[in-house]
Amino acid sequence: MATTLDRAAKTFLLQELVSGFWLTFRYMFRKKYTLNYPYEKGPLSPRFRGEHALRRYPNGEERCIACKLCEAVCPAQAITIESEPRPDGSRRTTRYDIDMTKCIYCGFCEESCPVDAIVEGPNYEFSSFTREELFYDKEKLLANGDRWEREIAANLAADAPYR
Amino acid sequence: MIDGILSVAWIVTQIMLVVGPLLLGVAYATWAERKIIGAMQLRQGPMTVGPYGLLQPIADGAKLFLKETVIPSGANRGIFLLAPMITFVLSLIAWAVIPFDYGMVISDINVGVLYLFAVSSLGVYGIVMAGWASNSRYAFLGALRSSAQMISYEIAIGLIIIAVLISAGSLNLTEIVLAQSGNGFWYVFPHLPMAVVFMAAILAETNRHPFDLPEDEASLVTGYNVEYSSMAFALFFLGEYANMILMSGIFATLFLGGWLAPFEMAPFTWLPGPVWFILKICLVLFVFFWARATLPRYRYDQLMRLGWKVFLPFSLLWVVLTSGFMVAFDLLPA
Repeated sequence: MATTLDRAAKTFLLQELVSGFWLTFRYMFRKKYTLNYPYEKGPLSPRFRGEHALRRYPNGEERCIACKLCEAVCPAQAITIESEPRPDGSRRTTRYDIDMTKCIYCGFCEESCPVDAIVEGPNYEFSSFTREELFYDKEKLLANGDRWEREIAANLAADAPYR
Repeated sequence: MIDGILSVAWIVTQIMLVVGPLLLGVAYATWAERKIIGAMQLRQGPMTVGPYGLLQPIADGAKLFLKETVIPSGANRGIFLLAPMITFVLSLIAWAVIPFDYGMVISDINVGVLYLFAVSSLGVYGIVMAGWASNSRYAFLGALRSSAQMISYEIAIGLIIIAVLISAGSLNLTEIVLAQSGNGFWYVFPHLPMAVVFMAAILAETNRHPFDLPEDEASLVTGYNVEYSSMAFALFFLGEYANMILMSGIFATLFLGGWLAPFEMAPFTWLPGPVWFILKICLVLFVFFWARATLPRYRYDQLMRLGWKVFLPFSLLWVVLTSGFMVAFDLLPA
């Protein structure tokens, strides 16, 4: 009897509707989860694996020694390297291409690099209108390195204690 | 001659004074809806066009205006183009009898409630014509659902209005509002169950959530307006939102005391009547958006059962109770 009365009261007082409406009303004043993206951005880990870059030493000499470990380890075979000795006798790449449409951003190239030359930087906003713009060559990768060196160096330093 | 021209000019001015802010209100109702639903879903809503997305409705309108109007080859051209106009015009002409303040009404006719009821019943024609003239299955099914739904819920609305009319003793909307004067004696309090039913019924009448079966995206793509594009679609859209504002206005007039302040004392009476009326409309509109963010869509048989087996007998019972109460305590207005 009491349960029947309870149930009838809940039905006629629209208990479920009221509690549902109250819930959405409370949610209206909660902090929003979404970011206003192009103007606000979420935090990135120092380990974030974004767009690739080839770094240089502080004296301007490129780090890459054309050991081709990254080319060998790349699971997507996105990296193509050709090399020959420079006139001063040091071994350097003549060609360093990354097909960004093949890359799976696993970060193995960065892990395998003995001289910290190829790295994946914090930039993730490099979409393009054409496919061709995503076939990066050495020039583009070095330009990326010059552009992002400060962030990349800071991130590597921040992550160094855990490696 | 001059007098005739002047009086026509005065009427046109009055109409412009109502329709202009109304269209602005429609534009910002879409913005408010997206913001409110966004907030309830922990999103931000439109933010890009203008500060806090405030120019979004203008951008949307400009986009629709610049699109190409596509008329399907199988469509009945005349009726296809007439339907959105009918929907839009009907949502506007009802405002002729809504009082914004004492004496502030375009046409203070004695049967204002009947006029409103007639106009809102005609509203189904625009949708039926759109569904039929589009020559598309989805549009046709949406129109069928819409007409059945609007007719079903109009019966409940009619009975609820009768209960209010018995209490007020007049069909004139100004007098209905005046009958609710005196420190918060709005009909929402004595007729609270009917106010709830009326709220649900106007949700169904304007084809809004959770009763938006006519434009059920999952099963009907978007229902009766699926073949419409550009300004024809914009007219349907404007009509739907203008109808929502109209129904909110009717709710505010019948149950929330129209332009009256909640208490007839100092801080409340400082705001003029039209401001109170607009605030009440905003409150009811908020419930429209709130319901959309809260409730899942009804199944069609549930919708019909609610209309015919719950709302209809309940509002009929309430009419009997109200009139019995009025007669028993000799409260009938002269």
